[in-house]
Amino acid sequence: MKYSDPYLAGVALGLVLLGSFVFANRGLGASGAFAATATGTVAAVAPAYAEANPYFARYLARPGGPWREWLLVEIAGVAIGGFLSAALARRLTLKVERGRGVAVPARLATAFAGGGIMGAGAVLARGCTSGQALTGGALLSVGSWAFMLSAFAAGYLVAPAIRRSWQ
Amino acid sequence: MSTFLLPLVIGIAFGAALERAGLGDARKLTGQFYLRDLTVFKVMFSAIVTAMLGVFWLSYAGWIAPGALAMPETYLRPQIAGGLVFGAGFALAGLCPGTSCVAAASGRGDGLAVLLGLFAGVLASGMALPRFADFYDSDARGAWTLPSLFHLPPGLVVFAVVIVALAGFAAAERIERRA
Repeated sequence: MKYSDPYLAGVALGLVLLGSFVFANRGLGASGAFAATATGTVAAVAPAYAEANPYFARYLARPGGPWREWLLVEIAGVAIGGFLSAALARRLTLKVERGRGVAVPARLATAFAGGGIMGAGAVLARGCTSGQALTGGALLSVGSWAFMLSAFAAGYLVAPAIRRSWQ
Repeated sequence: MSTFLLPLVIGIAFGAALERAGLGDARKLTGQFYLRDLTVFKVMFSAIVTAMLGVFWLSYAGWIAPGALAMPETYLRPQIAGGLVFGAGFALAGLCPGTSCVAAASGRGDGLAVLLGLFAGVLASGMALPRFADFYDSDARGAWTLPSLFHLPPGLVVFAVVIVALAGFAAAERIERRA
């Protein structure tokens, strides 16, 4: 089935964000869920080390601990919502999205590396496209708009170098 | 219960909106960077404008109490640097953190790889944070907003963002027709 009209889907996404603002007094996020998962993992392996690290200590201090983090529950919802929406539209698939000239292992390696770099950027920027660009963008935060503009600027700088891999 | 049910329901709606927009597909998403398919821009800016107008009018009507929403704190230089690093990874991965979860959930292996990479990247950066804590906490500007940056009334900035978005949509349609 065809995807929705992007403006319609965008307005729907905006209403979800607005609903989160009104009913949960906070916006959406994604990278925070990865931070909570990393914190929970580190704390399980080396509790004292996690407590002493300022980044992990912050997530350990949340009510209920890292595994009850609001954004982690929300991201579990994102996966469920994505699955249900794809199932309803008969878009469930088992494949690796890649350019024609790229082998599956190469695409998976690039995806993993890209994810790792994004993770570092999200730590430094205190959020990602969800928590900074969407949420902070709608609230007119200067830091969020600075993040959004620099992220797309870097994307447009890097993309031409790997253009071939998406043809 | 609402500490569990509320984020779960919000997340389901969030994931469904991303999937319906086609943003679980890295090929579609990367079209943004090659000006083939500007869905990312259209979806993001329609969402930002919708939520921004909603917050503005609901605050005006008193449905959102002043101070009910925490304004994200700005750390300008770390956020610009983080944005540059993030954007480079975004172009490589072809998915962002939220959309990688949708990609993985709809059966895409590259989504799962991005997800694992994100976990590794956040884990390694969190472990390394004590080494760059000075930079991480530098250039703190507090709850800084575009209206205070430009010394303009919030209503005027909201109006300007709408105009810029509408001009951007018109440009996006023209670019796509040419591609």
